[in-house]
Amino acid sequence: MKLTKDQNDLLNGVYGEGAQLAMKIQVAIGESFGAEKMVPITRAHVALSNQDADLWLAEKLVKLGAKCRVSPTVNPGWCVPFFKEMEMGKKEDYEMMERTHEAYKKLGATLTYNCTPYIDTNVPNYGEIIAFSESSATPYANSVWGARSNREGANSALFAAITGYVPEYGLLLDENRKGTILVDVQADMKNDYCYHMLGMCGKKIGHGIPVFTGLPKHISPEALRNLGAQLNTSGAYDMYHIVGVTPEAPDLETAFGGKEPERKVVITNEDFDEVLDKISLEGNREIDFVMFGCPHFTLKECIYINNKINGRKLSKDMWILTSSHVKHVADLMGITDELKDAGAYIVPSTCPDQDIWSYLDGKIGLTESPKCAYYPQKRGINFVIRDLDTCIEGAITGRVK
Amino acid sequence: MKKVFKCHKISEGRVEAEVVISKDDIMFYLVDPKDGKIIEPEHDIEGKVIANKILIFPSGKGSSVVQADGLFQLMKRNNQPAGMIIENAETVLVTSAILFEVPMVDKVDKEFYKEIKDGDKIILDADNEEITIL
Repeated sequence: MKLTKDQNDLLNGVYGEGAQLAMKIQVAIGESFGAEKMVPITRAHVALSNQDADLWLAEKLVKLGAKCRVSPTVNPGWCVPFFKEMEMGKKEDYEMMERTHEAYKKLGATLTYNCTPYIDTNVPNYGEIIAFSESSATPYANSVWGARSNREGANSALFAAITGYVPEYGLLLDENRKGTILVDVQADMKNDYCYHMLGMCGKKIGHGIPVFTGLPKHISPEALRNLGAQLNTSGAYDMYHIVGVTPEAPDLETAFGGKEPERKVVITNEDFDEVLDKISLEGNREIDFVMFGCPHFTLKECIYINNKINGRKLSKDMWILTSSHVKHVADLMGITDELKDAGAYIVPSTCPDQDIWSYLDGKIGLTESPKCAYYPQKRGINFVIRDLDTCIEGAITGRVK
Repeated sequence: MKKVFKCHKISEGRVEAEVVISKDDIMFYLVDPKDGKIIEPEHDIEGKVIANKILIFPSGKGSSVVQADGLFQLMKRNNQPAGMIIENAETVLVTSAILFEVPMVDKVDKEFYKEIKDGDKIILDADNEEITIL
């Protein structure tokens, strides 16, 4: 790879060992993808996770003196003040989250603790070259905003934030951004939940860049958030096209770059049923709790839930995970208190896949998000997956159909 | 007779081990760190042990976080794969392989996939971009 003087200086340790390590790995990544050069980024988002590997890398980089040139926004771990007030969590949990917080603070990150930067905290413009990790963020930035990011890992996005560069390959280049798979959606897309199900069809869609047709003209940010999140739960997708939504897809021909699709896939209601069968526990059972906000729920969704509950009392706890901005506005609007009276909690700056939820181990949850259900399986927390309205009713009755 | 196939280096190193072949993409988070067994329901190689094996699979999948943490947990107990042979390189998996120094290659000769069987012993030499079936 051809490097500039600044990039060579980074590689040779002029800016310290931390930046040197970051650059060294980025060069190896670039070479494995055949990149010819490195290009500057304007934004970064790091999928901080407060897990062992995350803390190990962040502390290692701090120790090596690394500092971010492009301050990245970060994903949530969990919100220390909130859980302290709830008197939840073990001493070790607090130690770990405080260490993660300190490490990222020292690296110079923008501590947003929010997994929907593309809606809430770090929105790119068309054509910007950025380094976004977080499974729902990369496809949204590429497909909805028309910014350019590869599907960075939490680690490679952090390296990019430190050096301020990314190797130029993949989605940074025009020719790799064209659609390859025509996905004709014949399923009924009646609400945002259906986009969770569409995203979970990754196995049927296969490797490549899907171009979705047959979708409604207006698609909500929440639906597009869901689609990206689940595409990267069921597979690995950095970009999709929706004609009329994706800036680079004004029409089908442009989406495919004038070429024929490599493959055509039809998605029907039966596919959704089949997917749900595989990923959800069977219904007709009592549940222990309800969880929303993987990825983080918007203010609109908090308002919707509050209206649906409409003063009724929940028989099971409901946890609604959001950004701290959303929580703040919900506080001002009185929604947080109304929900709390019913038995629902707006939880800021928190991810479901965190040790702080360990008191839920062995319990049965109810959620509308397959991603929320998928990762905590490892913790022995299992979920029934249903649409949002069914989940809200489930929290009231304590049972799910 | 030994058969040698060309490939393309992603993460450096040379290892000799048995292979495990998966038709499905892999996410290391749903592998049990204690024994390296795949615990993802409905997965092509659910229940198989990948610890210290050379893993042949199409690509990585899953969130940008869990791939790295899954591998890290396996490494803490020495149950990581000895090497990886993939078809579709993607950044998340590539970065984790380089960071954790697990040899990895892609772009292997098509013939290799016709010859290779589960349990075969091979040498994966990423440095010289060669795979040898023993």
